[in-house]
Amino acid sequence: MTLFDDYLLLILAVVMALGAVYVRDLFSGVLTLAAYSFFLAVLWAGLGAVDVAFTEAVVGAGLSTVFFLVALFHTSHQEKVRKPVPVRITALASLGILGFLLLFGSVDLPVVGDPESLPNKHVSANYIRNSLEDTDTPNMVTAVLADYRGFDTLGETAVIFTAGVACWMLLRRRDDSAS
Amino acid sequence: MIRPHDSVIVHTLARVFTPIIQLFALYVLIHGHDSPGGGFQAGTLFAASVILPILAFGIQDSQVVLERRAIIFGAIGILLYAGIGLLPLILGGEFLNYGKLPIPGMEASARRHWGILGIEIGVTMAVAATAVSIFYSLSERGEGE
Repeated sequence: MTLFDDYLLLILAVVMALGAVYVRDLFSGVLTLAAYSFFLAVLWAGLGAVDVAFTEAVVGAGLSTVFFLVALFHTSHQEKVRKPVPVRITALASLGILGFLLLFGSVDLPVVGDPESLPNKHVSANYIRNSLEDTDTPNMVTAVLADYRGFDTLGETAVIFTAGVACWMLLRRRDDSAS
Repeated sequence: MIRPHDSVIVHTLARVFTPIIQLFALYVLIHGHDSPGGGFQAGTLFAASVILPILAFGIQDSQVVLERRAIIFGAIGILLYAGIGLLPLILGGEFLNYGKLPIPGMEASARRHWGILGIEIGVTMAVAATAVSIFYSLSERGEGE
């Protein structure tokens, strides 16, 4: 994938994100958000992060879209038009400064795939050299995720499960406990 | 509550796609060692294969029971993960060191291979159960309230 394609996808993703914010009809908003996730997934795939792309496509474009749509069944499709809130100068200025700082910081980021960059020189080489021998697993991402960093993945799974339990406790029907 | 969809096209497509999604989820889970994919993606796909028929055919009464079970299913998934992690700890290794798993007649790397598959199954169960449970929680509220 060429640099041009990457920029095209990035621009499309940003346009979709802006569209999701500005569109009035909430159904269209949800679907625009799904399109945003899809472009992001293609972008990840182009950058070589296929596992991340897969997750983004399945969770971002698939599952969260379904959740939003089901939530919309219980409310109206149209956004309520409110009086425009006056923009505060301090808020705008601090956002501008924050944006400038982020852009300023991104200048120092290494080029994608640069073998001399710091993260690529630290543990990555170790994983690339040893993961097949250590774990009998050709997919390095799986080896790192499930073995070398297995404790992190256990925590992540527990976080997702906790989110599910929290949703269940907040949204469950109360009639069986109240009556 | 979600009512059944009217269209025959939606019904037919849901009927065709549900087993295909499940098969693909199984492939993603088991083939996670060699290709992109693994527990998280497989779990989400399994959840999709439960959610799709509900969107097409509506929630049946029998499935309300499933909602209660879903969260238990997820807890079993986490316990499976932590249990596979604990086994080596008991047998004199470190927590989550699959090389010390008690599988006879295998190299340490092969044990790690199977250990990874085991915890991926746990992740799949937890993620699928969580997604299905959130979907049920969101969909059952409404009409009566």
